[in-house]
Order: sequence, then structure tokens, then C-alpha cells
Amino acid sequence: MSLDTHVVEQRKLTRKEQRDVDSKTRLASPGASLIAVLIAVFWTIPTAGLLITSFRPQADIRRTGWWTALLNPKFTLDNYIDTLGANNLANSFFNSFIITIPAVVIPILLALLAAYAFAWIDFKGRNFLFAFVFALQVVPIQVTLLPLLTQYVQWGLAGTLWTVWLSHTIFGLPLAIFLLHNFMKEIPRSLIEAARVDGAGHVRVFFQVLLPLLLPAIASFGIFQFLWVWNDLLVSLTFAGPEYSPITRVIGELSGSFGSKWHLLSSGAFISMLVPMIVFLSLQRYFVRGLLAGGVKG
Amino acid sequence: MEWFLKPETLPEKIGVMVLAILLFAAVMGLVLAVVDRPRLPRWVPAVGYLGPAVLLITFGLLWPGLNTIKNSFFDRLSQNFVGIANYQTIFTDMGFLIVLRNTLLWVLLVPTVATALGLVYAVLVDRTRVEKFAKTLIFLPMAISMVGASIIWKFMYDMKPGKTQIGLLNQIVVWLGGEPQPWLLNPPLNTFMMIVVMVWIQAGFAMTVLSAAIKAIPDEIIEAAKVDGVTGIKLFFYVTIPSVRPAIIVVLTTIAMGTLKSFDIVYTMTGGNFESSIVAQEFYVQSFVQGRPDIGAALAVLLFIMITPIIVYNVRQMRISEGER
Repeated sequence: MSLDTHVVEQRKLTRKEQRDVDSKTRLASPGASLIAVLIAVFWTIPTAGLLITSFRPQADIRRTGWWTALLNPKFTLDNYIDTLGANNLANSFFNSFIITIPAVVIPILLALLAAYAFAWIDFKGRNFLFAFVFALQVVPIQVTLLPLLTQYVQWGLAGTLWTVWLSHTIFGLPLAIFLLHNFMKEIPRSLIEAARVDGAGHVRVFFQVLLPLLLPAIASFGIFQFLWVWNDLLVSLTFAGPEYSPITRVIGELSGSFGSKWHLLSSGAFISMLVPMIVFLSLQRYFVRGLLAGGVKG
Repeated sequence: MEWFLKPETLPEKIGVMVLAILLFAAVMGLVLAVVDRPRLPRWVPAVGYLGPAVLLITFGLLWPGLNTIKNSFFDRLSQNFVGIANYQTIFTDMGFLIVLRNTLLWVLLVPTVATALGLVYAVLVDRTRVEKFAKTLIFLPMAISMVGASIIWKFMYDMKPGKTQIGLLNQIVVWLGGEPQPWLLNPPLNTFMMIVVMVWIQAGFAMTVLSAAIKAIPDEIIEAAKVDGVTGIKLFFYVTIPSVRPAIIVVLTTIAMGTLKSFDIVYTMTGGNFESSIVAQEFYVQSFVQGRPDIGAALAVLLFIMITPIIVYNVRQMRISEGER
């Protein structure tokens, strides 16, 4: 990390540029840089260690630390081939997609409708109902699991994908409605009213005026919900039958039973992390925007 | 109908998945078509638009929540009223008291340490050339599952007898001349080792929100402080921190709530053994492993009760800071 403080430009600096330069001189002391580098290293090394391990031969993993591979590199894809074959991990990898895609799309559909009503239709009790939905965001899902499970059993649905989709949809709805409502509110009323004066009904206003403007908001929530569902352990443990186990759950269970079979655990863990990392890095902008809009789910 | 409820092959699963999405989309389309006729009373569209979501929330959050509260006062078969007996068990049994103590440690340490680190880091990399890259490094743990993070750290903490270690932490201990430790087996140390993992995950969130808050501090304030000769560490404590105080509170409370609710780390790293359990983990064990849904219900309600004051504080602080504006 080079934090040199040369003033690059000779012309008169704008205020923002001046502040940029000031802030560099302000905290770019060697001590400050050192702390920043230390934190960055501490945050990176654990992941790097397991990633390197996942490519090392099984015998090496057991005998030496991963850092020795930096001086004496010997890498292989065997671990990945083994985990995908041996533990039916490929199957659970696909299960994760099967679970995640509807669990992202369905709450978006439902929340778009609800958020539109909250934002643009006047009715009695609107504020109260919205505050209520907002408050439900913080309910820990633990309080809902057992009664829901009992209900699913009574309906003869227990263990099916339908219960997993339905549960994820429900748990995601309050945040989805809240986020989309906040973005919808920012769209100028005049735009909507102009369309309505032209004779457009709610449906046309919704699809022609609002939807294009809402795409960033939808992306924000979509990526939240995608990460949440893909990485979820509790909901799948509770509702999904074993044949529908998503990869995160399988890896979690392997961690208990495998003890120190690090060649399988490391490669399996990275297979499970690959998709959320790609989604995250490519859509980071929308994720951050969602975070800052107050969309936060534990 | 068998494949509809229990698809077995991948094509069958994909088929059912597409069907599920289409089904919901069709319901939506139907609602829109019915509701959007002219000259309907005003409440009809409102009900149509809100109906599906409100129905699901009532069925999936409200009704089960109330049910759980009720069940926490009944016995394990949910038949006989037992008063506060389940809560009494939680607050008197030695094992549960350790669970409560651990939960307290988690909820106090994770938010404060993660927020402090996130804030310091956000200030340090603010407006540097490597800012974007440096932030992504800290932020990345948020993308991976807590299960994945637990495995990453379990490997860091790995212990073997003898001098050669494959876990980095014990190797460092050996290099420094110490004895390798079973980090996850000895209480209360194991709780702190797992708290490190949660801090590692949450600091990125704190950094992102606080970094945005720092960038929003008006130039005038910084300049005025500089004119008065306030720089460096003093600027950080007397200008930066007070300016981003509302954001700090949001971050602290959000992380505290997330910490209370999640059990993934404990489930994956120790399974709640060795006196390392927390309320969320114990809820899972009692409800689904031990067959004590009554205790599980009481623990879930307890979680809810612990979260409530955090929210109330958060909302109140937001009101205060809005009033200042």
C-alpha cells in the first residue's frame, strides 16, 4: 500500500481535491498505514490459508502447514474432484440454486405489490400497517419455526421444497417491502400523477413508470436475499428434507462429522462460497446501496 | 402429484421450481387484473395489492410468533399450562446460566469490537488510492456463509500434538516457544475464539456504513476544526466520532441483533459443546434435538425479549438525531 502525499496537480485545487489532499496528509502517517495493513492482513490470511489448502495434495495437508506451500508449491485439483463425487456435493450445489431462485423472485413480486400500495395508494390505517410490517423485520425467525413446522406437517407438506420457498419468502417480505417502499417514495409524485391524468391505471403506472426506475432497488434487495438464502443454515435445517439439503447445510454437517479431513472440508467450503462471492463482487454497488438504505437483516 | 411435492431428479426439481415461480406470478397477475378496473371503491386496490403479502406475513410471522409465546407457558406437549416453569428452568439451571453468560459476552463484545475496528479502518483508508480494494478485503467475509467462515477459522485454530502444526495460530504459538492449545475445547476461551469469527464477519458491515457517514461530514466542519489546529487523533475523537454518532448507533444495534439471532458459528465450530452454547444454538438443540419444544419456545421468546430493548434504543436515538436537524 503506497500512501505517498505528493500533490499531483499544480493548478488551483477545487475544494474537494484540497480536502482529498488534506485527508491524506492527515492520517497517512506510517503508524496509521501500519494499522490499516495489519487489519487487512488479518482479514485476508484465514481465507487465503484455506484456499491454498484446498489445492494441496491430501498427504501434504496432513503433514505441513499451508504456508510451507508458498515456498514449495505443489498443487492439485484432486480434492475438488473427491468432494464433488464422494459426498453428493454436486447434488446439494444444485439444490442451493433450486432453493434460492424462487426464494428471491417470489418475495420481490409480492413486495413490489405491497410497497406500491404503501407508497402510492391512500387508505385508512396505512401508516400503522406499514410501521407494523417494518417492526416485523426484527422478529427473530426462531419464534416462528416450530409452529410453522407443525402446520406444514398437518398439511402433509413437511420436508418439501414448497415449505422452504414459502418460509424464505415470508422471512424476506418485511425487508423487501421496507426497502422497495423507501425507493418508491423517492420517485417524484408528479411523474405518477402525470401518468394517471393520461388515464393510466395502477397496473400501467406500475409497469411503465415505476418498474424501470426501481430496477436498482430490486437489485439491492435481490442480492441481499440471494446471499441470505444461499448462506442460510437454520431454515434449511428446519424445513428441507435431506434430499433437498443445500450446500451450506451439507458443509456445516460435514464439519461436525469429518473432524480433520481438511482436504474435503476445504474444497467443499470453497465450492459453497464460490457463487455468493461472484454475486457479491459483481453486484457490490447495489449491495452497498441497499445497506445504506437501511436494509439490514441479521 | 408425486413429482409435484417430491421431485427427485434435477429436471423434475427445475420443473417444480419454474412452476412455483409461475404460480406466484399468476396470482399476482390475477390480482392486478381484478383490481385495476375503473370505478371500484378505493379500498379494493389497496386490499388487492397488500393482500398476498399481509396474508403471508400473518400466517408465517405473526401467528406462529404468538403461538410460540403461548407454548412457552405450556408443557412439552403443549397441553398443560405450566406458568413460568420453562423460564424458571432457564434462569436456574447451571447449564442454561452458562448459555446466558456466553450470550451476554457475544452481544457485548461483537458489536463494540466490530464497530471500533470498522470505524478505525474506514478512517484509515478513506480517500487513499487503494480505498476500494482495501475495503473489499474487509467486506468480503460478509458474502460468505457463517458456516464457511466457521470452517475457515476452525482450520486456523486446528491443533495437533507435537511441534508441527497445520493450524496457523498454533504454529505461531509454537514458533514463539509455547505449547499448542485446543482453542475450541477449553471454556471460556472457546467462546472468545468464536466471537473473533463473528467480529471478522461483521466488521465489513460496520466499515461500509461508517465510511459512507464519514464521507458525508460537511467540509465546513473539517475545515473549521483545522483552522482551530485540530488534526490527527484529535480530529478523529473530537470531530469524526461525534459527527457519525447516529451511524455508529445504527451499526452497533444492527450487529447486536444479528449476533443474538445467529447460531451458525457455534453450530459449526463446537456444536454448543464444551460450555460454549448461546441462546440461539440452545434454541435449536432443545427444539429439534432434545425434543423439548417448551424450553425451545421459552428460549425463542427470550431472544425476542433481548432484541426489543435494542430496537427501542435505536428508534429513540434516531428520533433524537432527527430532532437535532
